[in-house]
Order: sequence, then structure tokens, then C-alpha cells
Amino acid sequence: MGRAGFPANAIGFAIGLPLILAIGGLEAFRPMGLSLPALTGGLLTLDTMIRVGLFTIVLVGLNLLMGYAGQVSLGQAAFYGMGAFFSAIMTVRARTLGIPPALAEAWWWPWLVMLTGAFLVGLTAYGIGRPILRLRGHYLAMATLGLGIVVYILLRENLGLPHLNLTGGFDGIQGIPRLRLGGLLLWPAWRYYFLVWLFAFGAIALGLRVVRSRVGRALRAIHGSEMAAESVGVEVSYYKAQVFGLSAAMAALAGSLYAHFQTTVIPATFGFGSSLELVVMSAVGGMASIWGAPFGALTVLLVQEVLRTQLHRVIPNAQGEFEAIAFGVILVLIMLFLPEGLTTGGLRWLRSRMGLRPR
Amino acid sequence: MLYISPDGTGERSEAPLLEVLRVSKAFGGLMALLDVSLCVWPGQIKGLIGPNGAGKTTLFNLITGMLRPTSGDIRFQGRSIVGLPPHRIAALGIARTFQNVQLFSGMTVFEHVLVGGHRHGRSGLLGAIFQTSRVRQEEKEARARAWRILERVGLVEWADRPAESLPLGLQRILEIARALATAPRLLLLDEPGAGLNPPEKAQLAGLIRSLPEEGITVLLVEHDMNMVMGLADEIAVLDYGQLIAEGPPEAIRQDPRVIAAYLGEEDEVWNAARG
Ligand SMILES: Nc1ncnc2c1ncn2[C@@H]1O[C@H](COP(=O)(O)OP(=O)(O)OP(=O)(O)O)[C@@H](O)[C@H]1O
Ligand SMILES: [Mg+2]
Repeated sequence: MGRAGFPANAIGFAIGLPLILAIGGLEAFRPMGLSLPALTGGLLTLDTMIRVGLFTIVLVGLNLLMGYAGQVSLGQAAFYGMGAFFSAIMTVRARTLGIPPALAEAWWWPWLVMLTGAFLVGLTAYGIGRPILRLRGHYLAMATLGLGIVVYILLRENLGLPHLNLTGGFDGIQGIPRLRLGGLLLWPAWRYYFLVWLFAFGAIALGLRVVRSRVGRALRAIHGSEMAAESVGVEVSYYKAQVFGLSAAMAALAGSLYAHFQTTVIPATFGFGSSLELVVMSAVGGMASIWGAPFGALTVLLVQEVLRTQLHRVIPNAQGEFEAIAFGVILVLIMLFLPEGLTTGGLRWLRSRMGLRPR
Repeated sequence: MLYISPDGTGERSEAPLLEVLRVSKAFGGLMALLDVSLCVWPGQIKGLIGPNGAGKTTLFNLITGMLRPTSGDIRFQGRSIVGLPPHRIAALGIARTFQNVQLFSGMTVFEHVLVGGHRHGRSGLLGAIFQTSRVRQEEKEARARAWRILERVGLVEWADRPAESLPLGLQRILEIARALATAPRLLLLDEPGAGLNPPEKAQLAGLIRSLPEEGITVLLVEHDMNMVMGLADEIAVLDYGQLIAEGPPEAIRQDPRVIAAYLGEEDEVWNAARG
């Protein structure tokens, strides 16, 4: 309906797209020696912005799962890692796997791998989710916690096949090729930045469409009352598994993009800590909002950056633990004062300031 | 062909819509329902009454597949529905409301009714993502249908409000609207009048009374005796999980077993009903 609604989506694209384009343009041309770090006092770098884009893709999926369908995942980094390692293995280890070089060296091979990986990871999550999600309550949280640990150990232990050395164990995989579009190398970083944000906006658009659809309503209904949802014919476990699969596929896609950006992947990047970080980003941005994804990622990355560089000024001997503690305190404060996250809470505030009805 | 209802309440020229056949339900050692048989006939408003804890809600949960009977069979349009999951039973045309209102928190009134119409749609995740013209057409029709139902139950002005912000009376009406949106053949109402004031109850009674004309059969659980007696053409009485009486309201009113079951329970209501 959208009557008397706050045109959040239109404003989001109207501000977000030009802003992202401007940052990319700035970094591509560096007019008069200006750059993103110079303009932001070293706070923001292109590297950070690429990460925000990657996390946005993961978080849109995670928000659909947690904020809309109400199913908590504590293992989302595992899917991110599965995508990253799938891309890394299928490109760097192509010979071990017996993939003909003519294929593995074609420019489109990594792209095909990326899409296949996302599809397979999504399918796997759907398959795992179907039986787990039949149960009510927080079984998914527990199961995904376990899944995350299993995937992490499998990556670290070479999938149990040490002689093939597919994942590279602790050290992971180095030398992942950069992406190309035909003859165009998607590097330096600003080119890759545009690619990542193309996907990120695609993810946002996808999320917005899902939320407003019949499926999106079914997901929110499940969140509200599973009993009432099934009483009107919503097949609860099917929809839960579907959105779980979608969120996993999106995480895997972002993971592949990460692998080709970083060119190195190690299992430690995809452990429980990272899954928790994703949940925190989701909560900070606002779980029940698609636009919360980029804001949550940006806020958390910025807070971490500031703590890393500034904390020692306040507490001279501050070590890593202090960063973690300060990070925790800031998150608690955000949750206390904006429990719906920055986006939903902020929008509510804006709407009430503008005298629009709360929705 | 003549059908004899298993409980012996008479013979009919048509098949029953719902048959509950010797159904029992045990919760641990507690028999919430014991060997209960009853029929609901097409086009009727059937009352289901009984003191607190008699097993009325449990029976609803069994019919809608949210619980499985310990023994016995439940048939809808001649077909056993025991063991079917709730969404399949909903798809067959059984809808319900809840004694403790079950709203979708965070969703508007209009969205509740849209979710109610879920089963008339086909579009899935891919359809949502690619927004094909078929999906958009389906969405338009779903909205039009939901809007008609809001008009029908008088909730149009509330359409864009969060459902939780409605007064309880309207929340109960909204639950009925959501159930009606499934286009049910059988509607199970679990104490729709609880917590409503007299004008709200009158509005609710009007709505319930109009349902059979539209081909919707009603099974009504209600503690307000005046309301059930005024609406139902037949009443079944449960007490401690057993069916103790069944028949037209006038007979139920006089039935000594029913009066005994209600003794001390809610004298005032009961006496008021007997006038
Ligand atoms: N899920 C359950 N687990 C255990 N016992 C239950 C469960 N549901 C109901 N009971 C018990 O079964 C009996 C019947 O309960 P039920 O809710 O069906 O009664 P009711 O007739 O709907 O009562 P009321 O008029 O108070 O709503 C009660 O003793 C209740 O405590
Ligand atoms: Mg009850």
C-alpha cells in the first residue's frame, strides 16, 4: 500500500547509489590528489568500503533469515567460507582436481565457479534446514552453531583428505586469481569496488522485493506466530528452509567475491567469531530492515577501526582484549538505546519527527 | 441417501462436513478428550460448550492438525485428516481463530488478511525476485481480495495500522478476517466473544450469523451462553473431556447433566441464559 509511508527505499537508492558512485569515482581519479582516506581523516579506505559491500550481501540474506523469518543463524560465516574456499579450490587447485587448464584459465571460469558455489551452498543449506527447521524454537541457532564449527574444522583439516591438500589446512590457499570480464581485469581496487557494490545493490534490491512479496509476508507471519501461519496454510518448515538456503547462497556469493579480492583465504577468517560479528552487524543495522545491512556493516567496521587506532590514546597499554571489551560496551549501548538497530530505530524517529503515522 | 450421525442426533439427507469419531487425547496421564464423537453438518452453526478445561480447545487443535489424537479418527468431507500437517488441513478448507489471539506481530491489519489469502497464491521466491507479470497480477488480485474482506468485516479504516494496536474486540474480528481470507468451508471459532463489550459482541454475532449464507459452516466455542444459544442451531457439550449432551439449544438449556456440569462454574452466566 505504502500510503502515508516514508519513502525509505526511494531515498535509500537516491542517496546510496550516487554516494557509492562518488566514492568510487574519487578513488578512481583522485582529482587534485583527493582521496577517501584524506577526506575522512584516514577513517575510511577503499578497502573498508569493499568489505562493507561484501558484508552487505551477506547481511541482506541474514536479515531475511533472522529479522524477517525470525530464525537465528550462528553459523553464517561458514557459508561465507564455503563460497570463498569453493572459489579458491576450483581456481587454484584446478589441476589437482583434473580440470583441464583450457577451462580453468578461461576468464569466465571463476564466474561460473562463483555461481555454482552459491547454488550448491544454498542447496546444501536448504537440505540441512529442511529437517532441522521442522522443529520449533531455537534449534536452528544450535544447529548452525554446530555447522559453523564443523565447516571450520573441515576447512582446517583439509576436508579429511590430507594427501590432496585441497584447503591448505591452517595456512589456507594463496594466489587466487583476480576476476576478469573478457579482457578487462577487475583491478585496481576501485574497479573491484564497483563490482562488489553492483552485487551489493543487487542484493538490496532482491531483499526489498522478497520482503514485499507473498513469500516475504509468509516469512514475517512465521516470525509472528508459527501456529497462526500454518493455520492459514503457510508451510512453515518449507519457507524457513527456503530463506535459510537463500541466505546461505548470498553468503557464499559474497565469500567468492571476497576470495578474489583478498587472493588469500585461511580458515580462521570463517570461524565462530566471524559468525557472531555478522549477527552483531545485523543487529546494529536493524535485523528487520534490508537497508540495515550496509549501515550495520559500515558502523561495525568503523567502530572496530576507531578502536584499533584510537583506543591506545585513552588507555595507554590497551591490548586486543580492551578493543573487544570497548566494542562490546558500544554494542550494548546501541542495543539499549536503539534496540531495533540504526535503520529501523532511526526511521521510526524520522517518521515521528515528520508527523507520519508509525507503521 | 440418509446419513445417521454416529452420536444418534438424527438423520440427514446430506453427508456431514466434519466427523469426529471416538476421538481421545491424552496429555501424559490426563485424558483431555475421551471417546468423543460428533458431527458438523454443512451450513450449520454448531455450538461447542463446556466448563473450563473441558477439552474444547484441544478438540480444535486436533481438528486443525496441531495435535494428533491418541486414538480415533477425524474426517472432513468424508476423508480422514488425521496425521495431515496443519497447512494441508488449512488447504482442505478448515480455518480457525485462537482463544489467545495469535497475531503476526509487526504486521499491519491489511497484511494479516493478505497472509490469510496465502493459499490462493502460487508465486515463490523466484517469482518475488524477478517480479514477472504473472506475479504482479497475482499480487493485485490478492490485495483486491484482502480489501474486500476488510470491507466485509468493517476493518477498512484500520487497514494500515499494526494489528497489535487494535482493541481486543477488533483483534478478534481480525482473526476471523484472516481465517475468512483462506476461503474456508469450515470455520472454527475459539471463544471469539471473550473480553468483548456488549456492542462488540453484537457486531461479532452479526458477522457469525451471516457466514452460513456464504457456504461457511461454523463450529463455535463460546462461554457466553446467550451468544451461543442465540447463534447455534445445535450444541454439543463437553465436560472433563467427554461429550455429555448434544442437541438443539432449547434441549441443552434444560438438560440436567449440562446444568450439573455447570453448577458452581459460572452460575450467573448460566442463570442469565435460562432467563
Ligand atoms: N498441550 C497441553 N499439554 C498438557 N495438557 C494440556 C495441553 N493442552 C490442554 N491441556 C489440558 O487439557 C485439558 C483441556 O484443555 P482445553 O484447553 O482443551 O480446555 P478448554 O475446554 O478449551 O478450556 P477453556 O474453556 O478454559 O479454554 C485441561 O486440563 C488442560 O490443562
Ligand atoms: Mg479453550
